[in-house]
Amino acid sequence: MELTAILLSIPWDQILIQTVNGVVTGMILALIASGLTLIFGIMDVVNFAHGELFMLGAYIGVVVLATTGNFWLALLMATLVVALLGAAIQIATLRPLIGRDPLTTILATFGVSLILQNYALWQFGPVARKIQEPFTGRFNLFYLEYPWYRLMIAALSAAIIGGFWLFLKYGKYGIWIRATTQDRVMAQAMGIPVPWVHTAAFAIGAGMAAASGVLFGPLVGVNHTMGLDWVLKAFIVVVVGGMGNLGGSIAAAIFISLLEAYASIWVSPAQAVIVSFIVLILTLLFRPTGLFVPTPK
Amino acid sequence: MTIAPLDNTTPIKKTRLSHNAVFWIGFSVVMALLIIAPLVLPEFWRRFLTEVLIWGLLAMSSDILIGYTGMVSFGHSAFFGLGMYGAAAALLMFSPPSLLLALAFGLVASALVALFVAYFSTRLRDIYFAITTLIFSQIFYVIIFTWTEVTGGENGLNFRRPPLAIPGLFSVQFTSETMHWFVLAVVAGSYLILRRIMHSPFGMVLQSIRENEPRTRAIGYPVQRYKIVAVMLSGLFAGLAGVLYAVQNRFAAPDFIFFLISGETVIFNVMGGIGTLVGPIVGAGFFLLLRELLGRLFGEQFPYLIPLGVIFIVMIIFLPQGLLGFARRWLNR
Repeated sequence: MELTAILLSIPWDQILIQTVNGVVTGMILALIASGLTLIFGIMDVVNFAHGELFMLGAYIGVVVLATTGNFWLALLMATLVVALLGAAIQIATLRPLIGRDPLTTILATFGVSLILQNYALWQFGPVARKIQEPFTGRFNLFYLEYPWYRLMIAALSAAIIGGFWLFLKYGKYGIWIRATTQDRVMAQAMGIPVPWVHTAAFAIGAGMAAASGVLFGPLVGVNHTMGLDWVLKAFIVVVVGGMGNLGGSIAAAIFISLLEAYASIWVSPAQAVIVSFIVLILTLLFRPTGLFVPTPK
Repeated sequence: MTIAPLDNTTPIKKTRLSHNAVFWIGFSVVMALLIIAPLVLPEFWRRFLTEVLIWGLLAMSSDILIGYTGMVSFGHSAFFGLGMYGAAAALLMFSPPSLLLALAFGLVASALVALFVAYFSTRLRDIYFAITTLIFSQIFYVIIFTWTEVTGGENGLNFRRPPLAIPGLFSVQFTSETMHWFVLAVVAGSYLILRRIMHSPFGMVLQSIRENEPRTRAIGYPVQRYKIVAVMLSGLFAGLAGVLYAVQNRFAAPDFIFFLISGETVIFNVMGGIGTLVGPIVGAGFFLLLRELLGRLFGEQFPYLIPLGVIFIVMIIFLPQGLLGFARRWLNR
């Protein structure tokens, strides 16, 4: 009797809907965080400008979509343009800092993020823009008409991450990247052009951020402050998942997004963010090396 | 032909004044200029100078961590903002408003926050410390922003400015001159206190943590406890800056807990020169002056942070010591 009352009081339909929502945002977050963790893993750079690259990708998506009307072209263009921009940023600001205290790179990327954010504000104004969904089909999920597009985002993000993983595992340049991550000096000695591997890794990370920006654009408005929210979440994910650990970041991204989605059944989404902060604090207290990595001996 | 001696045996010309005397003369000259300034400057620049001093105090407090202990805090806005809201609470709850209570409330609020942040974040080093402090400041931002009944939410809180008073002695309303002198006295006092602390054995341990943490631990210093105290000290002075800002501007707003303030604090430090205590104040003045000039040249809508960001990055690459970096050794002797 008691048990059935409790079971009945749980909003199962809402929980299921929030599970789907959580997985969708989790995949987007994983896409952002894997770029961040790639950049951190290979050159010990915490890229503060990552959220701004995400935001800029979304804006380029808006512009290309407005001129050509093709969503997929917008996705491709945004990825390429931001990847090139990332390479330029790396060459101009991070390359001169190689060999200095890693903290100076945080400061430099923070400067970059200020520039990009204010450029976006100046260029596009404070009003949020909208990206039209490429297709508008919906299916019934309890009382909701759930858009197929959201599921497609999750699938596409998973595909990009999967492709990236295959590239790291089997591609020649992917192996260069992994070699540089493991041992910079030895990689250099084996003839790998380490400075260019750094640039390429930064460009790939930037491109992935831009792609997630375009994919996520239709769900929320595109504005110049969207970068900060996401980069904070991505930082949390990267710390909870274990710094520089790709698999851990993906698991942590989905885990945290699910928790936030469940929390927003009861509290407002702005307050649901606190759940991920709490996860971070608990992680730092009990498993400072990350939740989803084997315990270091 | 005589062979020049290998080492330069000619005695280095002794300066006639001791280092201490030069320091105090310099300090007095700068103080005298700052005291006279509000009498000469027009109203706008008077306020501007006062604000530079307040932001300078915030940046100086963060220099304890960045410059002396080697930990970059990206969360100083939390201490600053909680100082503001603490002062706001005192000024709204008690009538008539009292400056001393505002100071006490602000300092207690920021010290509590600092204790909380310090306990967790000092478990981590380097980049992890920076990210954790950033996330903590964002927690407080979300709490203050969403807890509308108490904090006024997005609109913040407005209150009246308390009189400059010592209970039982005197009580006068603030004018912009006395406000400036009051802020100047607090900032100069804080500088002298912090300078003394950084020259004390405690400060030396902090600097040895910056130089070599494992060795400091091996010698037997409880490194984490020192770090916690350093973060608390830093947070306390950041809170003091927050109280001053609240009293000067008569409002408290969640924008001041936002991450951007922490970022600007770090920029002030890097531009002025870390590890000098006065450098950050100079950096704050440099940054705010550039911002003002750009605003006047190109209009209010001009995105001043773009050129300032470029200058900031160029300074990191080519002038990592900051504007006062050349004087760092001398100032710390």
